[in-house]
Amino acid sequence: MKVQDLKKISAFNFINLADEKKDVSGVFIGDLLSWVMANGDEGQIWITVQAHLNVVAVSLLKEFSCLLICDGAQCDEDFVLKCQQEEVNLIQTSLNAYECAKALAGLGL
Amino acid sequence: MLNKSFEVVNQDYHNMGKVSSQIKKMLLQIGFDAKILRRIAVASYEAEINMVIHAYGGNILMNVDDEGLITLTFHDLGPGIPDLEKAMTPGWSTADEKARNLGFGAGMGLVNIKRVSDTFDIKTSPAGTILTLTFKGY
Repeated sequence: MKVQDLKKISAFNFINLADEKKDVSGVFIGDLLSWVMANGDEGQIWITVQAHLNVVAVSLLKEFSCLLICDGAQCDEDFVLKCQQEEVNLIQTSLNAYECAKALAGLGL
Repeated sequence: MLNKSFEVVNQDYHNMGKVSSQIKKMLLQIGFDAKILRRIAVASYEAEINMVIHAYGGNILMNVDDEGLITLTFHDLGPGIPDLEKAMTPGWSTADEKARNLGFGAGMGLVNIKRVSDTFDIKTSPAGTILTLTFKGY
């Protein structure tokens, strides 16, 4: 699956699509950054309510395929700009983490 | 083969992870495998955020020798870790509310660092903490 396939989920708002051909290997859900650093894997979609600059750093270091900001958490200008500069795919949604996971499972993840 | 020093600024939340990204990019350019780089990224990121949140900033030194041994030394400016045993316990954290609200303070930092490093050495005093990690690059 590629990041572009996530467009099939209508509740996902694509805020920054830097590389839609990026492979998606799975999903990781978590808001504690050290936990994500320890347990996340390359290529995963990272679902979190955390929307700040440090999340971009973690996403880059872990080589996630996409950041998925859930629960209607707001993505401010600095955060979006950083995602654009660092070419991080960014999606925002009002769905909660469980609903995101269900929708992604529905796509075969 | 390579020696590089990076400065880490106290309480600079905006740039946390920047040095770790630079380290990863430099090692990638040398040609190290992605797998080892991911381990190094975890360790350097955790140590870097510790310097910003818990210490007063400091320096990170990176050395790569001819055998491909990568040594990272994190030298902060204090105040030291009063109880190292507790600090090495999973889930134990002294992070303040600001840090916790941003998703830090899981109490996994040093635990994660030790897990991914080939060697782990920590010396701490009120004058500062020196954390030395090595990774076999090849």
